[in-house]
Amino acid sequence: MEEGAVLSQAVKESAEAYAVIHEKFGDAVSAFDANPTMPFFEVLDVALWQKIALFMRDHPRLRFNYMACLSGVDYPAEEKVGIVCNLESLGELNHRIAVKVRCARTGGSIPTVSCVWHTANWHEREAYDMYGMVFAGHPDLRRILCPEDWEGYPLLKDYKVQETYHGVKVPY
Amino acid sequence: MGLLDAAITKHNVLVTSVDNVLNWARLSSLWPMGFGLACCAIEMMATNASNYDLERFGIFPRSSPRQSDLMIVAGTVTMKMAERVVRLYEQMPEPRYVLSMGSCSNCGGPYWEHGYHVLKGVDRIIPVDVYVPGCPPRPESLIGGLMKVQELIRMEQIGISRADALKKLAEKSADPKMVIQRERNAVSV
Repeated sequence: MEEGAVLSQAVKESAEAYAVIHEKFGDAVSAFDANPTMPFFEVLDVALWQKIALFMRDHPRLRFNYMACLSGVDYPAEEKVGIVCNLESLGELNHRIAVKVRCARTGGSIPTVSCVWHTANWHEREAYDMYGMVFAGHPDLRRILCPEDWEGYPLLKDYKVQETYHGVKVPY
Repeated sequence: MGLLDAAITKHNVLVTSVDNVLNWARLSSLWPMGFGLACCAIEMMATNASNYDLERFGIFPRSSPRQSDLMIVAGTVTMKMAERVVRLYEQMPEPRYVLSMGSCSNCGGPYWEHGYHVLKGVDRIIPVDVYVPGCPPRPESLIGGLMKVQELIRMEQIGISRADALKKLAEKSADPKMVIQRERNAVSV
């Protein structure tokens, strides 16, 4: 965070929440990014993601009780795929923050947070369906939108659609 | 020639051909299967509702493919849905008709290039008799398509194939160029 930058009240509250997380987990989380649209930080030690999530949900000064969204992102230049979780403390502390978690593009895995926020169950299935990252410990990690025997992960930047599906031509 | 054009004698005897009676019965109670896939289905429902009132043509949706004569493919057919569409089609008793409604089911519509999950035209999996263009087509267009299905049935005869009936229909169709030219002239005046 830049010194002397004028931050909105919402971003200040997010920064305070981040400080609590940073105090507990130290170098396992990245520096705070005071993005005015959605302030965020990244989880650097991916193995700790589930613990961080539980801490964020239950700590009396954080109380992130609501996962608004979990999106997937492809970073082909860095050979990584990742997720962005938009978390809010709905009806309690009324602050919000986004958390990014990344893993290797092929064969990578991220711990599931579906046991922390049940919303994450289907969102993680969708991220898996579109990007192919595995959510370790997910209770039911199947494709959610594409057919189960679909080839490839459609939202990867280098995705090429298959020629046929069950004998029917797919491209135009 | 419609059935009512045939002469009625004073003994209340109606004289017509068997073909005419069969065709009249089929085209006057064309029962579509009640299923919609996307936004076209909303337009199809509007056509069924009181403003456009498809029941005046004897067209009203059935809840089972086993009771249906016509399949209106109203909307985007995804690859996942395609197999279900084929199964529904196969459950319909013959003679059965298929009307493809809207750009998506005609050719993939806006998903033609980047829609990896969309079937680019329902005619890749089942034979289509009538295509209705539009995105989505207005109820008038859908009614036009249904009238075309009725015309197709009117072309049928005992012993001729569907392909021959479609050919007869194409031969009997009016050339749209005349109508387009007339409309253009009307606008310019």
